[in-house]
Amino acid sequence: MSNLAVAAPRKTRGPWAVAFAKLARDRAAMASLAVFLLIVLACLSAPLYAKWAGVDPFASTLDAVVQIDGADVPVMEQSTEGLGLGYTPLGPTWRLGNYFLGADSQGRDVMARMLYGGLSSLLISGAATIFTLILGTAAGLIAGYFGGVTDTVLSRFLDILWAFPIYLLAISLSIVTIAHGITIGPIQIESGSLWLPVIIIGIVYVPYVARPIRGQVMALRKSEFVLAAINLGVPGWRILWRDILPNVTTTLIVFVPLMMALNMLTESALSFLSIGVQPPAASWGTIIQDGQALLYTRPLVALVPGLAIAVSVMALNVFGDGLRDALDPRSKVRLGRD
Amino acid sequence: MKKLLLAATAAALLAGTWLAPAQAEYLKEHRGGTIRLLARSAAGTLDPHINYTDQGWQMYQPIYDGLVAFRKAEGMDGFTIVPDLAEALPQVSNDGKTFTFKLRKGIKFSSGHDLGVKDVVASFQRIFKVSGPTSGTFYAGIVGADKCLADTKSCTLEGGVVGDEAAGTITINITKPDAELLYKLALPHAVVLPADTPAEDMGSKPIPSTGAYMISAFDPNKGMTVSRNPNFKQWSEEAQPDGYPDVVQYDFGLSEEAAVTAIQNGEADWMFDALPSDRLGELGSKSMDQLHISPLSAWWYAPLNNRLAPFDNEKARQAVAYAIDRNTLVKLFGGKVLASPVCQVLPPDFPGHEDYCPFTKNPGAKWSAPNLDKAKQLVEDSGTKGQKVTIIVEDTAISRSIGVYLQSVLTSIGYVADVKPISSNIQFTYIQNTNNKVQMSVTQWYKDYPAASDFLNILFSCASFREGSDASINIAGFCDKEIDAKMQKALDLGVTDQKAADKMWAEIDRQVTDKAPAVGLFTPKRLDFVSKRLGNFKFNRQFNWMITQSWVQ
Repeated sequence: MSNLAVAAPRKTRGPWAVAFAKLARDRAAMASLAVFLLIVLACLSAPLYAKWAGVDPFASTLDAVVQIDGADVPVMEQSTEGLGLGYTPLGPTWRLGNYFLGADSQGRDVMARMLYGGLSSLLISGAATIFTLILGTAAGLIAGYFGGVTDTVLSRFLDILWAFPIYLLAISLSIVTIAHGITIGPIQIESGSLWLPVIIIGIVYVPYVARPIRGQVMALRKSEFVLAAINLGVPGWRILWRDILPNVTTTLIVFVPLMMALNMLTESALSFLSIGVQPPAASWGTIIQDGQALLYTRPLVALVPGLAIAVSVMALNVFGDGLRDALDPRSKVRLGRD
Repeated sequence: MKKLLLAATAAALLAGTWLAPAQAEYLKEHRGGTIRLLARSAAGTLDPHINYTDQGWQMYQPIYDGLVAFRKAEGMDGFTIVPDLAEALPQVSNDGKTFTFKLRKGIKFSSGHDLGVKDVVASFQRIFKVSGPTSGTFYAGIVGADKCLADTKSCTLEGGVVGDEAAGTITINITKPDAELLYKLALPHAVVLPADTPAEDMGSKPIPSTGAYMISAFDPNKGMTVSRNPNFKQWSEEAQPDGYPDVVQYDFGLSEEAAVTAIQNGEADWMFDALPSDRLGELGSKSMDQLHISPLSAWWYAPLNNRLAPFDNEKARQAVAYAIDRNTLVKLFGGKVLASPVCQVLPPDFPGHEDYCPFTKNPGAKWSAPNLDKAKQLVEDSGTKGQKVTIIVEDTAISRSIGVYLQSVLTSIGYVADVKPISSNIQFTYIQNTNNKVQMSVTQWYKDYPAASDFLNILFSCASFREGSDASINIAGFCDKEIDAKMQKALDLGVTDQKAADKMWAEIDRQVTDKAPAVGLFTPKRLDFVSKRLGNFKFNRQFNWMITQSWVQ
């Protein structure tokens, strides 16, 4: 009697589980994710913080008075020495809910504006990332799969878009649309809407996503399983949706944090130049702009949002690197232009 | 006709008795050295017939001359017209329509060639040939100007500006009496340049001059060097006095913060740009003796588009005028030392100014406090509550602050307001063009010359409004035929009786203010920060600090 036993099939983990396990072991990536989630949570609490502190972060409150250690302190303090020139906003009190980071030149609570500003920056960069990924993926899939004239037209269009310096293009689009918004048929986006920077930032980075996706699709197009599907008469759109898109998903996931970091920087730059988020709404870029006029007396107004941008972008980049190593170790996706 | 002598001419003649302090003694002691000036950027073209900036006009004062000039004197004396290249103020004849000037002899341009009648005639033609920014307004009353405006290249001003070489006279004929003509002739747009100056914008190329100084080098990205005109001999201390420094070095490119530091360190003597607001407290306490605060004939205001909802409704406009807290705006500008609240159009100390403020808690002569209840009621009554209003401001710290504050005010009285800062380079023309459908904006107006019409007639006459043009200085689009006719009357009256005309302008000021085509915000003051070594600081009300009348050694 044979003593041979049939070996039970080994339980192997799926590629996603392997990737997440690998990601979980990457301490730097996980720490970065934790930092970023903390920032997101803090920013989501902006309305609650403003309500608790009893401040309106969007209205001028130049005559406001705050209580510090039982004493009434004006939010804007007039110089009493010499000629009595100029007003200086209240400095940081380091008391949560009571002008923790001080006031800006309009007498507004900087901490409340920081949280609202972060919310705008995150919303815009997040929405712009989704917009870019949808457009970029669609363009990359179509160009790479159908090839020929379709690929030539789409690729040249992307080349032209990519040939412009990113910031110059974003600034130009913002200046053109800032006063009157965008109207395309029934779609109307009013000036001052947060959708305006979302669309502008989303558009300028489309080639950044579309070009590597197109390359991957072109390689996949020649793979056996795709050729088999074509020979079996499966429609093109079905092959794209069922066979090719799942194979570029990991690349797209890796793009998410990297694109968010890039978009956050672009949004801040545009807002700093007054062509992104419009006053009195706040974003970290507009708060830096407000703080620029207070660098000498109240440097924190500019430094804190600058620091918030730096920490957020760094966290996203480190996490993005970890995600890439975990999901797609062979990927060539890197920050910057290729 | 004697009774038609212009009031300005009479005032100028009286002022002929003015005597300067012992300048000659000071000159010996303090003559020489280099004054170092700083500005963030150059003032644009060097061409005095084209440049229309405060920065340029201030620098031209010791360089170029016209037939007449504003007196180079401190304070209100600086508004007086004195003869410059002309021997005396003109003889006025033909019912105030002919002005005859006799040209001084022996004056040379910095290039070495003698000033002659032909240079004067050619210069007037050139104002039109280069399409000078005020050729269609200030000088449009000269006989033949209409043809020159229609065909700039072949402009001759035939019958308008006539030179007589033998007699050394220049006769200017105008189509109708103009009480302000001498003021207009004293502006840099009417200075005399060599007859062979090309009839095109000279841009960065200096044009020879008759004044005490000449531009010897210019790079719009780096700076300008102004040195003594070797051919200058002082002919009139009050029109073109000799200066103290040998060289004026004007450097461009430093930020305001860096400029303050440079002056503090003694590396520069003065800066053109406004002092950064976060340095005011420190400078006001530690460097008091280096600061000079001077009144300006200027107006910060918020034009309300009288032809677009909601401000095509007078009650809506008045509501905004009632709601704005001028004290808050003064605070944003740096405090009461640097600005004063205002309701009306004409600035304090200006011809025709009589204190008037209807839009305040206690209406009367002066602004006291905002009246928000009244404002809200007016918004309700106007039926404009809940409408959208966009405020267009310049992308500068102070304008942005004012815009954000105004946005709060409009929101508090029932509008849905937002504010758009746009580049300072384009904002002023953008808000003028009706195609841009600007509802409300924030801007400033600085006088060209000391006459009420320079504010009221220019900013609120029907003729100043041009549909779809970048040069529609009546930004509010205000046009009231009755007020327009009154302004014309006041202009005519000024030819014979300036005092009566000024009374009339005061009434017009009240009428325009009542209709609230624009909301007066505040009257600014000029704050000059100078180095410790700079002495003899003198502020002229017409062209600000007289640069070369200060010394640095």
